[in-house]
Amino acid sequence: MDLENQARVKELAEKYNPADLIVVLGGAEAEASGLTAETVTNGDPAFAGPLTGVQLGLRVYHILEPEVKEAVDPEVYEKQVGMMEMVLDVEAITNEVRTIREQYSKY
Amino acid sequence: MNLPVLKGAAYALFHSPDILFIGGSTQRVERLKNPEGEYLRQLPSHLRSYEEVVQYPPNQVFIGNLLPEELEGIPRPWYSNLITGASDRGRFGDIVSEDLLYGLLKLADSFDLVYLEKDFQARIKEKLLQTGLFGDEDFAKWKEGSGREEIEKYIREAAAEELLLDGQVVGCVRRAHDVDENLQAHVMLENLVAKATSIWAVRRLLKLLGSTGEEVEYIIETSEEACGDMNQRGGGNFAKAIGEMCGLRNAAGADMRSFCAGPAHGLVTAAALVQAGIYRNVLVVGGGAVAKLGMNGRDHVKKGMPMLEDVLGAFAVLVGENDGANPVIRTDIIGRHKIGSGATPQAVMEALVTEPLARGNLRIGDIDKYAPEMQNPEITEPAGAGNVPKANYKMIGALAVMKGEIQRGELEDFIKRHGMPGYAPTQGHIPSGVPFLAFAREGILNGRYNRVMIIGKGSLFLGRLTGLFDGVSFILERNQGVAPGRAEQLDMDEVRRLVAEAMRRVAREIGGNVHAAERHQ
Repeated sequence: MDLENQARVKELAEKYNPADLIVVLGGAEAEASGLTAETVTNGDPAFAGPLTGVQLGLRVYHILEPEVKEAVDPEVYEKQVGMMEMVLDVEAITNEVRTIREQYSKY
Repeated sequence: MNLPVLKGAAYALFHSPDILFIGGSTQRVERLKNPEGEYLRQLPSHLRSYEEVVQYPPNQVFIGNLLPEELEGIPRPWYSNLITGASDRGRFGDIVSEDLLYGLLKLADSFDLVYLEKDFQARIKEKLLQTGLFGDEDFAKWKEGSGREEIEKYIREAAAEELLLDGQVVGCVRRAHDVDENLQAHVMLENLVAKATSIWAVRRLLKLLGSTGEEVEYIIETSEEACGDMNQRGGGNFAKAIGEMCGLRNAAGADMRSFCAGPAHGLVTAAALVQAGIYRNVLVVGGGAVAKLGMNGRDHVKKGMPMLEDVLGAFAVLVGENDGANPVIRTDIIGRHKIGSGATPQAVMEALVTEPLARGNLRIGDIDKYAPEMQNPEITEPAGAGNVPKANYKMIGALAVMKGEIQRGELEDFIKRHGMPGYAPTQGHIPSGVPFLAFAREGILNGRYNRVMIIGKGSLFLGRLTGLFDGVSFILERNQGVAPGRAEQLDMDEVRRLVAEAMRRVAREIGGNVHAAERHQ
């Protein structure tokens, strides 16, 4: 996760109640999505950005996870995400992000 | 309609391990933030030799010695399965060593900024002459090279960028201004490299076409660099600077930018200029990006891989009037990502693929090969960016499923038939569709393909001015054997001649009658 985005997530988590925040990821690949999920929960695993050592513990989901899909108007989801749902490895991404969430999310 | 044609394309890769170390943005940032860190310490042992770069299968595809599909038959990692005896000369271009690149930089230098060590300069001049791309006249302005002490003084005292060969200083690039950020040595190095690598590609293209370049009337340069000073950062003009060094005396030119989509925009514009009759032959060119050398190096080193982003890329393409033989560019069905298209991958692919196809009454399966972003997956996968071309093919295939052209179970087969493995270095604009142009032209000429779609995409958000995405696509199609535009032109000429003759006859008769009437008065 680039340093600028880390700074923004940190600012938002300070400005608003972190319990009210959900981070929705759109990464195309399981490992990268997992790393981003880890950054906003347990801190930057690359020890490079503002979230190094900062355990925000935010709730984090990938757009392809069933919880998000159920929350979105099916027509909108089909139009915006339908093609990528067919293209990406939904299972691997879901498993990766869920594992991180269950391990590090505080909310 | 008088459609323009693709007359030829040429490519070059420049092995640049020392420039990678000095000028690559990842290494530059690391030197600023973590100069004693593990990455910079380990990096040198991950650099490849010139021979390894030449024998690397994706590089052999890039210069035309292997078909892209042939990569599928070579087990990965490709860096462990080198092609013994591979040549650095290919049907479509060359792989060039770093010492030659330094000579080329000197050749590209119009403002006395590049200094090469005396013996090295003399040696490299001979080597450049031996390539057959340069003649004695190109070196007319070369003075004797510099002493090592002079070069080291510029590096030490005047912030010049080192030119290293195997870690030894053989030259430097000086800054062009003491305070202007846009003319500092590292920027001059980037811009001179973009210019120099383009010169090689253009000269190779002219050689392949057997042309002096006299016929080129316009040049569109499409790299991602910015040339200018503090009053006009990005003022230009790489195009004319390159043309000047390639003998393109009859050409004007300008630069065109849209991140990685630049070349595709350039080609569509070139096609339009030719079709409109404004210019008969337009050259589209793009040179190498120093900053992107070793861009994903941290991941490659961490995973024990060689530094695969150790080459600069360049290409040159000529678009000309319909000659009845070369593949035509279907300017009637250009795909474009509109400002209102939306930025989701689905919206982008629909704008670039299905929308133009529908306008031409074509199906997704009517395109034999798609050439989207052709990045080598061996470079991007370890960095978490996945297999970029495969992701594109999956998206195009998924659109075919959604349109009911194929079943979901046929997706893998669709990808195999209409796609190919990525083989281009991650040089931004270089992988974006253009590497396949020479294969597309050859394949259409020899009957292998009927239609090929080239797709350029660009991530505009990187410039922090807009969150919009960008993309443009065009279709190359087999020429029907006659130049329809020219035939129409001939008919029109004939019509004009007949009308003119009739008018003259009428004029004569009226004149005659007038004279006769006058005589009778």
